[in-house]
Amino acid sequence: MHPDQPARPEDHPLTKRTGAETLIASLEKEGVETIFGVPGGAILPAYDPLYDSPIRHILARHEQGAGHMAEGYAWATGEVGVCIVTSGPGATNLVTPLTNALIDSVPLVAISGQVSTRSVGNDAFQEAYTVGVTMSATKHNYFVTDPDDIADVVHEAFHIAATGRPGPVLIDLPKDILAATAATHAPREIDLPGYKPATEGHHLKVNEAIALIASATRPVLYIGGGIIKANAYREVRRLAEAATLPVVTTLMGRGAFPDNHPLALGMPGMHGNYTAITAMQHADLLIAIGVRFDDRVTGDPDSFAPHAKVIHADVDPAEIGKIRTADVPIVGDARRVLVQLLEAWGDRRVPDRTAWLALLSDWQRTYPLTYDQQPDGPVKPQYVIEELYRLTGGDAIIVAGVGQHQMWTSQFWKFDEPRHWINSGGLGTMGFAIPAAVGAKVGKPDELVYAIDGDGCFQMTLQELITAATENIPVKIAVINNGSLGMVKQWQELFYSGRLSATLLGDHPDYVKLAEGMGCVGLRAQIPEEVAPVIEKSLSIDDRPVVVEFVVDPDEMVFPMVPAGGTNDEVVVGPGTIVKRNDASRLDTPA
Amino acid sequence: MSNPPQAQHTLSVLVEDKPGVLARVSLLLARRGFNIHSLAVGPARDEGTALMTIVVEALELEQVKKQLHKLVNVVKITELDPDQSFEREIMIVRVSAPPNRRGEVLEVASLFKAVPVDAAPTTIAFLVTGDPMKLRNFLNLVRPFGITDLVKSGRIAMARDVKTNSASLRAIG
Repeated sequence: MHPDQPARPEDHPLTKRTGAETLIASLEKEGVETIFGVPGGAILPAYDPLYDSPIRHILARHEQGAGHMAEGYAWATGEVGVCIVTSGPGATNLVTPLTNALIDSVPLVAISGQVSTRSVGNDAFQEAYTVGVTMSATKHNYFVTDPDDIADVVHEAFHIAATGRPGPVLIDLPKDILAATAATHAPREIDLPGYKPATEGHHLKVNEAIALIASATRPVLYIGGGIIKANAYREVRRLAEAATLPVVTTLMGRGAFPDNHPLALGMPGMHGNYTAITAMQHADLLIAIGVRFDDRVTGDPDSFAPHAKVIHADVDPAEIGKIRTADVPIVGDARRVLVQLLEAWGDRRVPDRTAWLALLSDWQRTYPLTYDQQPDGPVKPQYVIEELYRLTGGDAIIVAGVGQHQMWTSQFWKFDEPRHWINSGGLGTMGFAIPAAVGAKVGKPDELVYAIDGDGCFQMTLQELITAATENIPVKIAVINNGSLGMVKQWQELFYSGRLSATLLGDHPDYVKLAEGMGCVGLRAQIPEEVAPVIEKSLSIDDRPVVVEFVVDPDEMVFPMVPAGGTNDEVVVGPGTIVKRNDASRLDTPA
Repeated sequence: MSNPPQAQHTLSVLVEDKPGVLARVSLLLARRGFNIHSLAVGPARDEGTALMTIVVEALELEQVKKQLHKLVNVVKITELDPDQSFEREIMIVRVSAPPNRRGEVLEVASLFKAVPVDAAPTTIAFLVTGDPMKLRNFLNLVRPFGITDLVKSGRIAMARDVKTNSASLRAIG
């Protein structure tokens, strides 16, 4: 609040106010505390009442950054993230975060300015057809043409963003509508005849599911981001324990079930561990909750989990049967469905799963995740992640970009709590980590927020570290520097005869100087014995953002690996080492 | 790219009559790879709603319906069983009809109850209403004369009133 500013008329309900004032008052009413944005011509009227508002505005350096910050905030807090941009390039720069939020089900409300209604359609300065451009990038969007609609639209947008399968909602506001006088009224009661999110699962399906769970001999509980979105981690753990179900957690679901739990198998999929992948291939039942049978999990869908019956519960009915036919489909909120399953399970006796659990432990012992850190060799990226885990005690919100560093982090970090792992899973948006970490730290200022980023990703959104330094948001960024677009390079090594076309990033920049130039602390480790000391140093600094460059082995690859479109029956567990399912099998799996 | 032939399905989609709703529906169908064969839209019974009749080509109709349902403005989707519904299209077709062949053309038209709506020295335009089969048959019969212009409305369809055991009152031809 700026005491020298004239008071605005919000406290006088009979006084008319502008559309912009209504917008800011509506955001306040929705409980918004922070918004991330970049102002510009068309959105200017909204920034004026924002100046007086208790809402904190974080000035991002690029609209993509503002969008990912809002995503990081939403991930960390479970609240709707809010961002605000101007028309034209401001809005088109937001397309990536919106698409990212759509595919990863992140609740966002995005406000975009638009040219005045009389100019709309005339190719005015900074005009883009934002509603058209973002139609496929949002759960829903609005073009507001009447200032009296603003309060209702904002209220509806938050409802749609947060309920059902969460997602991004955009509100496009022409400048003259923001400037016009708007009626002050409480928002109408929401009336959306075409929007009825699922809640309870069908009780008959729940009973069918219980019968399958009770009779399965090799069940796998396959859970993902839907568990985190529905805040269902307690319930999922209770079900796993009640029915003795080994659990795989997808990339989006890391932290939905504690990795240190005896029933935890970790991450399945393209770079999952052998046991998680192979457990699904041998399973006679998949209990899939809050997952979408993504191609990064299933590999070739025709050979995925070939012996398994499938129970599939999801809040989005379109996910059920999209990739894999469900024997028992359950449409419903993950937490409510889990509660129903637990009630229906009651105090049933746990079936004897000793043989199955023994086989899984056997695989875990035979095919652990490995890497080879020589004391005088180059720093291995996996070692950096394990040292970070050790020195933080695992007590941090970890944010990743996209690529090798993301996979190594998901593999080697032990996630024990939900909302402590933030990454871009579906869209695979390089550059996600820095702005998402900034957003997460704003949402959870008392938690340690450590981004583990690749050097390629870092260079895509590094300017948001200036935002972090300026706004006093002390995030920490570990740059796993292998001098290349590592995952792309890995594919070139494996599938393109090592022809490294355009994947080497070269020797620049100097990350320490770059960090310092942006107002952050810059640190560097180049040999294994420097790793722990720089991490400790980074943990001792809490008044500024810290960038720690780890110069790592440029040739390290991510294993295990199931090549894209390949069958999960053949896991490349290490360079040149393929384990075929039948080689490893001690079970008589049905043909 | 050639795709395997896919079955046609007729969907009756009730939507909120909001700006952009047609764009949302057609964009979604394109985005998910479903082919629109025909789409007709107009105001529905209740104020503020519109009804779309969409003939869509898809292998997996269930996915089409579920994806459409995710649109906030889509209220209700009904798949119309061809045996339990009726479908109509309107077509205006201009046929080459020089004086020496005009009689033949009009003879064919009368079989189909095609209404002449425009006449010129060497052409006649007919308005034809009927199910898709009737329109196809008419076109086949007038094609030898020469078709100079053609416009179709897109299909509209409605389920039969099965509760009262309705009988088809479709006119012959």
